[in-house]
Amino acid sequence: MKDKKTVGQALQTQVRRRSVLKAGAAGIAGSVLLPGTARVAMAQDKKPLGAWPAGSDGDTVFVGLTVDLTGPYSAQGAEQQRGYELAVDHLNSGDPILQKISPNLKKGILGKNVKLGVADAETKPNTAVQAGTRYIHDNKAMMISGSTSSAVAIALEKVCNREHTPYFTAISGSNETTGVDCQRYGFRPCYFAYMACKAIAPVVAKEFGKDCRAAYLTPDYTYGHTTTESMIEFTEKEGWKTVTNQVHPLGAKDYSSYLINIANTDANVLVCVAYGADAVNAIKQAQQFGLLDKMKVVVPYSPAFLEVELGSELIEGVIVGQGFWWTMEDQYPIAKDFVAAYEKKFGGKARDSAMYGYLAIMAWAAAIERAGSFYPPDVVKSLEDGSVLEIPVGAFTIRPEDHQGVINFPIMRGKKKSEMKNPDDWYDIIEIVDGKEVVPPLGLLGCKMGDYV
Amino acid sequence: MSLFFSQLFNGLATGLLLALISTGLTIIYGTLGVINFAHGALFVVGGYAGYTVYSLTDSFILAIAGGSAVALAVGLVMERGLMRQYYSRPPEDQILVTFGISIILVEIVRGLYGGISYSVAPPDWGQGIARIGSLIYPLYRLETLGIAAATLLLLYFVLYRTSLGLIVRAGIEDAQMVNALGINVKRTFLLVFGIGAMAAGFAGVINSPIVALTPDMGFRYLVDSFVVVVIGGVGSFPGAIIGGVIAGEILSLTAMVNPQYSEVMLFVAMALVLVLRPQGLMGQEGRE
Repeated sequence: MKDKKTVGQALQTQVRRRSVLKAGAAGIAGSVLLPGTARVAMAQDKKPLGAWPAGSDGDTVFVGLTVDLTGPYSAQGAEQQRGYELAVDHLNSGDPILQKISPNLKKGILGKNVKLGVADAETKPNTAVQAGTRYIHDNKAMMISGSTSSAVAIALEKVCNREHTPYFTAISGSNETTGVDCQRYGFRPCYFAYMACKAIAPVVAKEFGKDCRAAYLTPDYTYGHTTTESMIEFTEKEGWKTVTNQVHPLGAKDYSSYLINIANTDANVLVCVAYGADAVNAIKQAQQFGLLDKMKVVVPYSPAFLEVELGSELIEGVIVGQGFWWTMEDQYPIAKDFVAAYEKKFGGKARDSAMYGYLAIMAWAAAIERAGSFYPPDVVKSLEDGSVLEIPVGAFTIRPEDHQGVINFPIMRGKKKSEMKNPDDWYDIIEIVDGKEVVPPLGLLGCKMGDYV
Repeated sequence: MSLFFSQLFNGLATGLLLALISTGLTIIYGTLGVINFAHGALFVVGGYAGYTVYSLTDSFILAIAGGSAVALAVGLVMERGLMRQYYSRPPEDQILVTFGISIILVEIVRGLYGGISYSVAPPDWGQGIARIGSLIYPLYRLETLGIAAATLLLLYFVLYRTSLGLIVRAGIEDAQMVNALGINVKRTFLLVFGIGAMAAGFAGVINSPIVALTPDMGFRYLVDSFVVVVIGGVGSFPGAIIGGVIAGEILSLTAMVNPQYSEVMLFVAMALVLVLRPQGLMGQEGRE
C-alpha cells in the first residue's frame, strides 16, 4: 500500500539520517576533544570537572546566582543580589577595599573579569536546581551562589557537588546545611540556627527572665524544625519552659488558628522562627489578637527588613539576631567602607543579605588567588586552608571539616520610635557574638564530607 | 471547650472571608466557563491600589472604592483585549493566557512597589480588640465578617433579584439560547468579567489590614479560591459561601488538633468532594 511504502521509506531515510548524524557527531566530538585532551595532558592529567577548564579559559569567568526574587523571601533575595553586584564591581575595578579584606585579593581573579548571571530561584528547590544546572552546563559557571531558603541551599549544594562546582549559600539557617547534608563543594559562610540560638538564649534569659514560658511559630521545613529544636535546647538550659510549638506551612498568610491556640496557653514569650514575609504576618496578627500585650517577642534568626515591614511600634522591644547591622561601622572600619559603598551605589543601608552575597564572592576570589588556579579541587582545598578575611563583622574564616563559616553577628533590641536618631536607626546592638564561641562542636550535626573528585 | 468555640468562630470568620475572596473566581468560572488564573493577581492589584489610595487620602472607604475600581478597569481591559478571543478555545489555552496575564500583573506591581511588604493599618473603626466571652478577637476581623456577609448578600441580590442577574444566571445555564433571544451576550460577559475582577480587587483591599501586602501573595489565595469553588460547586453562588465556610472550619479545627496538617486536610476535603460528588456540594451534575 502506498502508505506502508511511504512509512517504510521514511523509516529507512531516518535510519540513514541517524547514521550520518551519529558519524558527524563523533567526528565533531573528536575534533573538539583533541585540543581539550592536549590541554588536559599539559595540566598533569586533570580531567575536566564541572565547567573547568572551559569556564576559565577566556578573559571572564561566569558566576551563576540563584536568588529568591519571588516568593515569601523575595525581599531578602533582592538584597543579596545587590551584595553580589557590589562585590563584582569592586573586584573588576580593583577597589582599595579588596586589600583591606584580604592581601590575596587584587583586580579581577587571576587577571580575569567576573561576570554575573541572575536567575530567580522562586524560593523553590527545583527551580533553583534547574537554574544552577543551566548555568554550569550552558554558561560554564565556575561558581554558583545564592539562597534564602535552606531547602534551596541544600538542593543546590548537592547538585553543585555532583557537578564539582563550588556553591556558596547566601543565607541558610538550617542546621542540616553544614550538618547531615554537608557537601565537599558546598560552603555556608553565614551564621545559622545552632549559632543564633546558642548566642541568643542567654541574652533573652537575661532580658525577659529565666522562667519564661515559650510558644513557637515554626515554618514546616528543614530551617523551621532545626531552628526550633536548637532554640528549645538552649532556652531550656536557661530554665525556660516550652509550652507549645505551632507548625505552619511555609508561606502561610493567616496565622489566626495558630495564634488562638497560643492565646489559650499561659505562654509569655513568642518565639517567631518564621522568616521573611511569614514573620511579618505572624507578628502583625499576633498584635491584632492582643497577644503582644502579654507576650514578649524574640526572633532568633531574623530576616533583613523585618523592622521596616513591621514598623517601629511592633519592633520595639523585640530581641532579634541578624547577620549584620550598619551601626557596626562604628566598630569595624571595613563595615564603614562597605556601608558607604552600598549607599553610594544603591541608596539606603546595607543589610545582612547583601553582606553575605558580597562575602561569598570575596571568599571565593581570595581562595582562587591563593590556589593560583580555577581547578575545582584546588579551589576547594584553598577554601579549606583556614585563611582569615576581614569583613564588615570582623575576622572571618571557613572551617575545613564542615565548610561552616566562623563568623560574628549582632544580637539586637528594637528601639522605641522616640529613641531613633534617624529613619534607619532601628536597633540597639546588645552584643556582637564571637562566632568562635557559638559554632557547634565538630561532628555534632553529623557532617560527613565527600571526595574532591 | 473554649478553645473549640474560639476556633469554630475563627473558622466561620476566616471562611466567610475566603468565600468573599472566591466570589470573583466563581462568578467568572460559572458564567463564562473561564478558569481565571489571574484571579490572585487581580486580588493583589486591588490590594496595592487600595494601599496607594489609603496613603493619599487616609480614608479606608476611598481605598476600597479605589482598589475595586482599578481591579474593575484591569478586568474590563483583560476581557475586551484578550479573553473575548478565548471563550471558544480549550480550557488549557484559557489557563495559559490568564496565567501569563497574572505574571505580567504581579511583575508590574513588583516593579512599582518593590518586594518589601507593605502594612495597612486597619481603619479607625476597626482598631483594637473585641471580647466575645473568653475569646479575644481582632475587631477588624469581626468587621470583615460583617463586610463579607453584606457584600455576599448584595451580590446575591444582584444575581437573583435584578434583570442583569437573570441574564447572567441564564448565561450560566445556556449562553447560546440567551444569545438567540437577542440579548447582547458579549456586553453581559464583559460586565460579568469586570464584576468578577472587581470582586477580587475588593477582597484584596478588605484583606490588606490582616495580611501584609506582597506581590506574590495572590497565588496562595488563588489556590484557596479553587479549593472553595471545587468544594462548593462550580457556578453556584451559595456554593461559594458554603465552600468557604467549610474550608475555614477545616483550617481552624484541624489547627486546633494538629496545626501541621491544617492545609493538608483542606486538600483532603477537596479530593473527597471530587471523588464522591465531583460537581461540588451545590453544583449541578453534568455542568461543564
